[in-house]
Amino acid sequence: MKKNDLILAAVVILAAAAVFAFLHFRQDSGIRSAEVTVDGDVFGTYDLTEDQTIDINGTNRLVIEDGRAKMEWADCPDQVCVHHQPVYRDGESIICLPNQIVISVESTQESGLDGVAR
Amino acid sequence: MKSRAAYFGVFTALALILSYVETLIPIQFGAPGIKLGLANLVIVIMLYKTDRKEALLLSVVRILLAGFIFGSMFSIIYSLAGGIFSLFVMKFLAGSGRFGVAGVSMAGGVCHNIGQLIVAMIAVETYQVGYYLPVLLIAGVLTGAVIGTAAGEVLKRIRSLEFQ
Repeated sequence: MKKNDLILAAVVILAAAAVFAFLHFRQDSGIRSAEVTVDGDVFGTYDLTEDQTIDINGTNRLVIEDGRAKMEWADCPDQVCVHHQPVYRDGESIICLPNQIVISVESTQESGLDGVAR
Repeated sequence: MKSRAAYFGVFTALALILSYVETLIPIQFGAPGIKLGLANLVIVIMLYKTDRKEALLLSVVRILLAGFIFGSMFSIIYSLAGGIFSLFVMKFLAGSGRFGVAGVSMAGGVCHNIGQLIVAMIAVETYQVGYYLPVLLIAGVLTGAVIGTAAGEVLKRIRSLEFQ
């Protein structure tokens, strides 16, 4: 390995650490909800403190349990979203590309939402 | 010219086999899109051993074939974005002569992931996928380093071979 190779690796890893730190430590109100969007349009927003199961257009099933959101079932062949770890931190998301579904965790304080909207 | 076409066929077959071997590795890394990218071993070697346009052609042919056989239309669009972007960056870095094979491959791995992330952002119309960026960057460096080191070793041993 050349010296420049190591510098390149170090720069990329530092950039990754910076992005991670920025996403991880930014202001978090502690009250979170999971927003579901289908094809870019909002499908619904669900409180993470409430255990519930949400059927998304019959193609995916989202389960909220213990303050975490998890994709329990999807009809797509790759099952990437189903294997994804449960999300609960602000900004985290589960994405089902074949069905164009995004589950993203958001702090609800800034937006003023505190309940279930549909 | 004849042997050139033959070599290209052999390399395409090799890249396809490596794509297949990769589908047999049953590890899920917790985040989508993280793969070792074994087929890129052939692409990196091709980049150094032959005309660089051929490496690009091989990359595109490999992605199309592997996509139709093992993946879906979606994975093709994805891999194409990552593959073409990473190849242009690798060409540029390899041409500058300032980086070793491992460094070039690392940059390729990182750019492959960035290219895919951009497609994902466009496809799902959200910027939330930015959360994956650190994971994908680190994964790109690691897989790129592994593939690049392996490619470097192979290149050392086939120095006398000419694929023209």
